[in-house]
Amino acid sequence: MSNTKKRIDRGSLITLCIILLIFVVTVVLENTINANSLLFTVIRKGAVYSLVAVSMNLLNGFTGLFSLGQAGFMLLGAYTYAILTIPNSVRDTIYYLFQGSSFHFSLLDIFQGALGETFGLIVAVILACICAGIVAAFFAFLIGLPVLRLKSDYLAIATLGFAEILRAIFQWEKLGKVTNGANALRGYPTFSDFNIKNSSGMIVFRLSSFVPLLLAGICIAIIVLLINSSYGRAFKAIRDDEVAAEAMGINLAKHKQLSFCISSFFAGVGGALFAMFASTVQAKTFTSAMTYEILLIVVIGGIGSISGSCLASFLYIACSEWWLRFLDNTMYIGGTQVPLLRNGFRMVVFSVIIMIVVLFFRQGIMGSRELPDLFRRKRIKEGKSDE
Amino acid sequence: MSNNVLHVENITMQFGGVVAVNNLSLDIPEGKIVALIGPNGAGKTTAFNCITGVYEPTNGLVEFMDKPIVRNHPSGKMKKIYKGENADKYLGDVVAMTPDKITSLGISRTFQNIRLWNSMTVFENVLIAKHMRANQNVFSATFRGNAKEEKRMREETMALLVEQGLDKYKDEIATSLPYGLQRRLEIARALACDPKLLLLDEPAAGMNPQETEELAAFIKEIRDKYNLTIFLIEHHMNLVMDISDHIYVIDFGKMIADGTPSEVQNNPVVIDAYLGVTE
Repeated sequence: MSNTKKRIDRGSLITLCIILLIFVVTVVLENTINANSLLFTVIRKGAVYSLVAVSMNLLNGFTGLFSLGQAGFMLLGAYTYAILTIPNSVRDTIYYLFQGSSFHFSLLDIFQGALGETFGLIVAVILACICAGIVAAFFAFLIGLPVLRLKSDYLAIATLGFAEILRAIFQWEKLGKVTNGANALRGYPTFSDFNIKNSSGMIVFRLSSFVPLLLAGICIAIIVLLINSSYGRAFKAIRDDEVAAEAMGINLAKHKQLSFCISSFFAGVGGALFAMFASTVQAKTFTSAMTYEILLIVVIGGIGSISGSCLASFLYIACSEWWLRFLDNTMYIGGTQVPLLRNGFRMVVFSVIIMIVVLFFRQGIMGSRELPDLFRRKRIKEGKSDE
Repeated sequence: MSNNVLHVENITMQFGGVVAVNNLSLDIPEGKIVALIGPNGAGKTTAFNCITGVYEPTNGLVEFMDKPIVRNHPSGKMKKIYKGENADKYLGDVVAMTPDKITSLGISRTFQNIRLWNSMTVFENVLIAKHMRANQNVFSATFRGNAKEEKRMREETMALLVEQGLDKYKDEIATSLPYGLQRRLEIARALACDPKLLLLDEPAAGMNPQETEELAAFIKEIRDKYNLTIFLIEHHMNLVMDISDHIYVIDFGKMIADGTPSEVQNNPVVIDAYLGVTE
């Protein structure tokens, strides 16, 4: 025990370096190549999906609770974020169908007034993200009281139903003064507001892809810390054997509730980031199909692997948004049309790729391993390292 | 007033129309090794599950250190179909502690079919049992404000593994250990909960005679070392007769005899129901 203590092992070190490198490369690329490249869409959306996938993995992969409510908690987070940060000056034009919003409070106005343009933006966005998480976690707590008594498939159905109900409620006309009914919310700060501009409004330094990576990275780091803590071990014990966990003094109800609320908190933050990515919030985007996308990412990445979820979300988003785009366009080579290429063909190829991945990687790309494990194979006998 | 660690009174467990445990009463004095024996399906494990809170018995009372941990009477639909006795004796407050609460009071157990956390190492298996008594909350644990507590848990776990001779396997996946060691690890994990009373459900199942002999010595050793009271279910008669101070025999959920090992061995009812006639 003493000989491995307090030494950062090679695997973690290499992983940290890789993450730092990705951050740096993102910033450099963003400021050198065409900013409209799809690469940056992939990075932004991939970062958001990583966070949501990791939050789902915390619940499904580490605590063994099969929940499908992720899109619902994202929706709560996205609306909370948007409602809290839309500047009062544009609020009435956004809510014009409902003769203005009943909500005249904007974190953005308050902090930009008090702390100045840039610093106020940062504080307001971070606070709004945390509020988004708290609202999602609060609803998770309420819904968790009855629902967490259910097991496996039944829990999945109940949480899926909850997400669908939320989506319907947020589109309800009667709540229009708060949620803007079925219409989109917009005008709140998005990722592109983090680009540094000079006095004449020209962008001098782009950070719009770095910011989502950073925010998602911080949240994922917190989840990793949680999973490697005493509570994370208790979650894994519940996953492996509930009866034994309870017999060893782990309070099932409390720990399940805790895991559910924390997962929903980060899904809520993920929803806020999604709102920033999409620059409009509309309840109809948070469908159950979105939950399935995230579930797919978790399964492909490896249930019980944080790095697997991150890797899979970037690959998934890159495939669906970027690399396979050309399959949707009819193409002519030397005057003859290339067969099969037409609108919708992308999804066929995409589904086949997923089937192949699942066939060859039964446990997902990473299984239950983490990125540092890949670099530490030789040292495995020497002693267990902690992170 | 009593020196009984565990006091079980008129426990009846009825599943639908089936009475698995029928009006079972027993006392376990402090520092003793007490065995519960009986044929397969007699309701031994069900009795264990009633004591540890896995099941809520239909009727009866269980006290641990003179404090009720389980107390119930037939209610609702069960009132009509209840076949046991003493239906009116435990009316009033229902006490139904969850297994984790009962464990935190000081009853710890092992399982008949080993239940280790199979994706985790030997070290983690024992470490998790320390979670219950750790002084921390989810924030201090996540942001490492509990470093001292975490260090203490790790050191205690290591010390326990060394005492149990499992330290050289600490980084092995628990279920990759040989069967006998898995049993031992399960006992080590139960000890990590700092129990006063240890319930062992067939600790010698699947062991050869030599291993069984070692186990007998081991059980006595941990009893003395950790000041435990031990209550076990076992089928190996040699082991039971060797280490028990007192034996309870049940058949079809009902107590048919109890006494010291020699008393039980010569009891005609027990011989008839369980031990069989020796020629």
